[in-house]
Amino acid sequence: MARPGTEGRPLRVAVIGAGPAGFYTAEHLFRQPGLAVQVDLYDRLPTPYGLVRFGVAPDHQKIKNVTAAFDRTAAHAGFRFFGHVELGKDVTIEDLRAHYHQIVYTTGAQTDRRMGIPGEDLRGSHPATDFVAWYNGHPDYREHRFDLSQERVAVVGVGNVAVDVVRILCRTPEELAVTDISDDALAALRESRVREVYLLGRRGPAQAAFTNPEIRELGELPGADVVARPDEVEPDPLTRAELEQGGDRATLKKVEILREYARRAPLGKPRTLIIRFLVSPVALHSGESGEVVGLRIVRNELYATAAGTLQARPTDRFEELPAGLVFRSVGYRGVPIPGVPFHDAWGVILNDKGRVLEPDTREPRSGEYAAGWIKRGPTGVIGTNKPDAAETVACMVEDLARDRVLAPSEPESGAALALVQQRQPQSVSWPDWQRLDAMEVARGRAAGRPRVKFTRVEEMLAALGR
Amino acid sequence: MNIASILARKGGKVATCRPEQSIRQVLALLAEHNIGALVVVDESGVPAGMLSERDVVREAARDERLFARSVAEIMTRDVIVGVPEDDLRAVRRTMTERRIRHVPVVVEGRLVGIVSIGDVVKAELDQYLGEVDTLQMQVGVRP
Repeated sequence: MARPGTEGRPLRVAVIGAGPAGFYTAEHLFRQPGLAVQVDLYDRLPTPYGLVRFGVAPDHQKIKNVTAAFDRTAAHAGFRFFGHVELGKDVTIEDLRAHYHQIVYTTGAQTDRRMGIPGEDLRGSHPATDFVAWYNGHPDYREHRFDLSQERVAVVGVGNVAVDVVRILCRTPEELAVTDISDDALAALRESRVREVYLLGRRGPAQAAFTNPEIRELGELPGADVVARPDEVEPDPLTRAELEQGGDRATLKKVEILREYARRAPLGKPRTLIIRFLVSPVALHSGESGEVVGLRIVRNELYATAAGTLQARPTDRFEELPAGLVFRSVGYRGVPIPGVPFHDAWGVILNDKGRVLEPDTREPRSGEYAAGWIKRGPTGVIGTNKPDAAETVACMVEDLARDRVLAPSEPESGAALALVQQRQPQSVSWPDWQRLDAMEVARGRAAGRPRVKFTRVEEMLAALGR
Repeated sequence: MNIASILARKGGKVATCRPEQSIRQVLALLAEHNIGALVVVDESGVPAGMLSERDVVREAARDERLFARSVAEIMTRDVIVGVPEDDLRAVRRTMTERRIRHVPVVVEGRLVGIVSIGDVVKAELDQYLGEVDTLQMQVGVRP
């Protein structure tokens, strides 16, 4: 039989997960010259865009502009969205193999790494991503509750998620009210009694993952003074040597911003944001009824690994830090998909440049691929998924040229649609999503907000007249 | 970004050889895998050295009977070894300053992967491309 990829017999691809990696994969497939492609983009939620909708902070609307590029991809004639259709529940991998020539997993890094310390699961200790998903109106998290009656909050980690969480906690209700934060979260944060927010970094400012625009933003909060300790922001001898030898300007600037915070006198704003470096929690303390009341933290020192990285190791100096609410943000990992080989140590699908590998032979599995965080782990910004998806698509095109594709028994696009409609009668198409989107934006316009999100699946289906 | 993210998309297969193998044998391995270096491991799989194209060229220039000699005789023993948590930027700096093209990565003495200077450059390039793209989006430039 002729190789798929022609107008008469297009290459049919299922992409699982409608976040940035899924859209960029579709975009790169559509850009292949001389290749006729149809992409069905699946998501278990009725809404597309993944972490652009549920991860990017509501006060960072400009970052969400990237959805305009995703919408252009969705406008391609070969594109279909199958929202509210879950792999493993509504459709199986066997179903996909029967309907597509190639399958791409773009399911992201859906769970967080644990700190591995006593008391981690006490009441009031949460993964930071639960809080993020909640304030962004993710349907699975709308019932979550966070005790914002606490005066002191500790956020463990200095990556971009941790910075988002402290910033949202420090924003005034007036600032939040003009964003697309979920109504539940807005109401809860209006009642917040949080006074002190701690951001705890394991290493020094020069090694912190946060970017300069983000850390600068923390110094411009109308409702919170930012505080840092001179002894913690001043580079240690190893860092100083590294900065002098080959420090890039961004890192030097980062240290300079933190130094300036350490020199600031508090202005008496309602909240205080305290940025700490070279500290790690070693235990969370429990109150009388199993709630977190504080953290024991250890002061760290830096040492150089053989390959030249400055890493933290604990000293014998400890401190007690009272806090009634703790968020951990110390890393993320993918969730295995049943039937798809997984590399547990890296928390990703076992792959080589995006080709899914058989665990025993480490040879590519025909027709299955990965892109985005489930392929390389949770690194980079949204745009990093573009070159990443390009690499996966290059493998897909190469394999197609060697006839290494699946041999679906029902490759017609109508057959896949019929399957989806039969298994999930409430599936959401791209035109459906466009209607939901317009409704959300209209609800927002009335309130002077970018949109007011639907946060319940039933609510979305009802809005679509189902 | 750390080098675990490079290893995550490399499948974890590392081309290795044993110190007692002949240069003839390992050259066949380098050619077969189309790579520039092999990690030399002892019987328990612990890295004992590296054998790179450069080691072979250096010795071949001195000794035309090189092919029959053993890996142990010409391998580089003083190897800089990485850990998955090593920062990409620090590893790039170490590799460029010390002119190393391959860094084996170990966890508790066990070899878990290898990163080449090509991997490091690609990862950094992708990171920069991604940042540029994201910034262009934010300011409304259509890339």
